Amino acid sequence: MLAYIVRRLLSTIVVLAIVGVFVFLLLRLSPGDPAAIIAGDNATSDQIAQIRRQLGLDDPLILQFWRWARNILQGDLGISIFSNTPVATLVMQRLEPTVSLALLTIAIAVVIAISAGVISAAKPGSFADRAIMGFAVLGFSVPVFVVGYVLVYFFSIQLRWLPVQGYRPIAGGLWDWLRHLILPSVALGLAYVALIARITRASMLEVLSEDYMRTARAKGVSESTALLTHALKNAAVPIVTIIGIGVALLISGVVITETVFNIPGIGRLTVDAISKRDYPIIQGVILIFAAAYVVINLIVDLTYTVLDPRIRY
Amino acid sequence: MSDAVLSAPAEQPPFTLRASRFMRRNPTLTAGLAVMLAMLVLALIAPFITGDPMATSPARRLQPPSLDLPFGTDHLGRDVYARTIHGARVSLIVGFSVAAFAVAVGLLLGMAAGYVRALDSALMRVMDALMAIPAILLAIALVSLARASVTIVIVAITIPEIPRVVRLVRAVVLSVRERAYVEAAVAGGTPTPLILLRHIAPNTIAPLIVQATYIAASAILVEASLSFLGAGTPPDIPSWGNMIAQSRNFLARAPWTILFPGAALALVVLAINLVGDGLRDHLDPRLARRMRA
Repeated sequence: MLAYIVRRLLSTIVVLAIVGVFVFLLLRLSPGDPAAIIAGDNATSDQIAQIRRQLGLDDPLILQFWRWARNILQGDLGISIFSNTPVATLVMQRLEPTVSLALLTIAIAVVIAISAGVISAAKPGSFADRAIMGFAVLGFSVPVFVVGYVLVYFFSIQLRWLPVQGYRPIAGGLWDWLRHLILPSVALGLAYVALIARITRASMLEVLSEDYMRTARAKGVSESTALLTHALKNAAVPIVTIIGIGVALLISGVVITETVFNIPGIGRLTVDAISKRDYPIIQGVILIFAAAYVVINLIVDLTYTVLDPRIRY
Repeated sequence: MSDAVLSAPAEQPPFTLRASRFMRRNPTLTAGLAVMLAMLVLALIAPFITGDPMATSPARRLQPPSLDLPFGTDHLGRDVYARTIHGARVSLIVGFSVAAFAVAVGLLLGMAAGYVRALDSALMRVMDALMAIPAILLAIALVSLARASVTIVIVAITIPEIPRVVRLVRAVVLSVRERAYVEAAVAGGTPTPLILLRHIAPNTIAPLIVQATYIAASAILVEASLSFLGAGTPPDIPSWGNMIAQSRNFLARAPWTILFPGAALALVVLAINLVGDGLRDHLDPRLARRMRA
């Protein structure tokens, strides 16, 4: 077990290092000389050359990468070209809306998707099953921003039940915070629900044909106990795996959802940075999201033994 | 049994009968294909059946749908119907190109990883790293390096799709390379490229066709998302994503400017996903039966 954890950790580090190389090269390939941008429009070529030296841009690429990687490991993600603020500070300022949105979406999506998947698998071929699976295909097909605008049109503009856009910090009251996050979470969660519901159904169907399910029913366990404790528990590994893999979908969706609903989170920060070509921010955010994805999936892998004691490493 | 009996032409029912039987057995595949074909035709003949998608007209700004203008007009007085039909072009081009390129590159890399032991682990770690970067962010970052154009968008969307193909192909190669007929070919001295081409690659075709449809669907969504964020198709080419982006401030006053491109987008992606599901069930009946069980 310990050997497995160590091996898994090492490969995570390797993957993150490769992501780091990608992201570093991305900055190096970007058009425009950072020294010229920092020096301003009226700088002479001597001044630019001096800034280049100060920034170490004349050093060999390997040396530059080493310096950059060392800074990242110490939590220094660089400085935004435009606002001259450390990227880490900018990200921290915008962490709360993004984390709120992501966590609420995961919570809503997992509950809805697993219930739907279990209902589907309980009576395959029934009307409920067909409706849920049809809805799942639709969920894959409608982009986040279209769902978002349809929801805003009906629930905010026509019915006036929920705010059109914006974010309220959780410190300003739980209800106000929640009210502003309901539509964004539903829009963002739709594709995620579709993904998890499909896997839940498939995994449940697999388990339901096992001998121990027949045994459970034969000894007179109620249908709901059979489904939830005997079947769902055994079907958990693929479901948890897809919840982890689906985080990638969620992260891409966050960027768009924050734009639709004007939520001042990390996604908005990225989109604004792209329009201004503020590369240190783009780099920092990609690194953070990639690290989050890799770490979440590492945790998912490590929970397998808890979920299914038959799995040994 | 003689060869003559085996190769004798079987009594084949006429084509129309076979086609209608196929359609009855694969309703989702048929429906998806029908919508896809209809969209393809509309995209091809767009210039002949609609007006100019770029013509602005201040006098008819934000007009609701009418007989004259079936989808209404946007905030610049442009014909939303003409723009929606033209928008299909970018989406379909991006969808098909990304699927083709991702499958081509993924097939090569996947066969290399699965067959050449020395490359496997390094290549797969690079693929893991690519998968760890959210597709839309990676695409945005790549687009931001160059000036926005449809070609750049296609390249930027293809790169994050490649790892999925590589994993799929590698898995097939790993399972096939142990088969007796591959061992026989190796023992018989068949050169490696020929083994890959003749004995291994054909096994990847069925899963790759299914995967390619899913990639096309996903690529169309990513293109729309990029254009929506302003990092995709340049605004002088109408695409469903940039139409919605330009109209987002008029949602309350002119919902049709967002509804029609949004519905077209969902319809095309839905149709392609249905084709993918239908092909999967048709090409792998074992899996389909298990899913239906």
